[in-house]
Amino acid sequence: MDKRVALITGAGRGIGAKIALTLAKENTDIAVVDYSDESAAKETLEALAQAGVTARYYKCDVSDFNAVKTVVDQIVKDFGKIDILVNNAGITADKLILRMEESDWDRVLDINLKGCFNMIKHVTPYMMRKRYGRIVSISSVVGMMGNAGQANYAASKAGIIGLTKTVAKEFGPRNITANAVAPGFIKTAMTDALTEEQKQAMYKQIPLGCLGETQDIANAVKFLVSDDARYITGVVLKVDGGMYI
Amino acid sequence: MTTLEKLKEILSECKGEDLNITPETTFDELDFDSLDKVDIVMQIEEAYDISLGDNMQLSTVGELIAKIDEAVANK
Ligand SMILES: NC(=O)c1ccc[n+]([C@@H]2O[C@H](COP(=O)([O-])OP(=O)(O)OC[C@H]3O[C@@H](n4cnc5c(N)ncnc54)[C@H](O)[C@@H]3O)[C@@H](O)[C@H]2O)c1
Repeated sequence: MDKRVALITGAGRGIGAKIALTLAKENTDIAVVDYSDESAAKETLEALAQAGVTARYYKCDVSDFNAVKTVVDQIVKDFGKIDILVNNAGITADKLILRMEESDWDRVLDINLKGCFNMIKHVTPYMMRKRYGRIVSISSVVGMMGNAGQANYAASKAGIIGLTKTVAKEFGPRNITANAVAPGFIKTAMTDALTEEQKQAMYKQIPLGCLGETQDIANAVKFLVSDDARYITGVVLKVDGGMYI
Repeated sequence: MTTLEKLKEILSECKGEDLNITPETTFDELDFDSLDKVDIVMQIEEAYDISLGDNMQLSTVGELIAKIDEAVANK
């Protein structure tokens, strides 16, 4: 396969960074889009350079419609095309609804859900003309199960599923596939901070009895953007050790 | 560049092949689907900085040229 170009949001660290490194090993140049300072993504950018691909950093808040248009146009100027879009940027602001402020709701929906729309809106015109595109958005099993304290987050992640299915239908005729990956509990800095007791309680909910690794999510994305998945569109692939069945 | 020439460029890029169009060419002949039509209208709007509206009924190239020229004149 020719060298492809992937735009990955929130790729400065965590799951997004692992997705970037995994795709880089598949002969893919990477546009890292993140709203933190470039210095926060230093390790990721160094690892990408070591993998021998072209990687560039673009500072952009995905919830800003116009900023996303500017950055997408710039990436196409720099790389010539965008073959793969991975919507991974996401935040949480957990509170019970009784305590949740309007601003908690708006911020999470703006970044997690509208951020995906903004990207899809501005990337698809380029993909359409190339008659090729692979879009993967990172949802969460919480979007399918609900979770006390995460009304905003769960709604945003469920919204991604409806968005993904619609994109699959609208752009299927242009050979653009759209799929979602729904992680369960993934080992990150966040879960490392939990107490042993909290971890044990978590394991009880997971038939496979352990947390997932960021690599497990990256592997699912790698598959969905590969030629092996050319006939797969509009699906939600759970990667959760069986937590939600 | 005349509106016809610009249109030829946009339609050809969208089709992925060089199209020979005249004002009499119908959109039925050109066989664009609904996605193409939206894409074409958006490209025209961007090229001329005009707004053509969402529900444009396109029958012939000549009709579209007239609509574009009118929108440009009214800018
Ligand atoms: N970690 C888990 O257990 C888990 C489980 C299910 C789903 N997810 C989802 O996976 C994705 C990545 O999670 P993570 O654990 O790696 O998170 P993380 O906080 O480690 O990384 C998120 C990255 O996104 C960036 N980001 C945040 N808001 C942004 C914005 N507005 N614009 C641009 N970049 C922005 C951050 O700077 C950061 O680099 C998220 O969508 C998250 O909801 C994670």
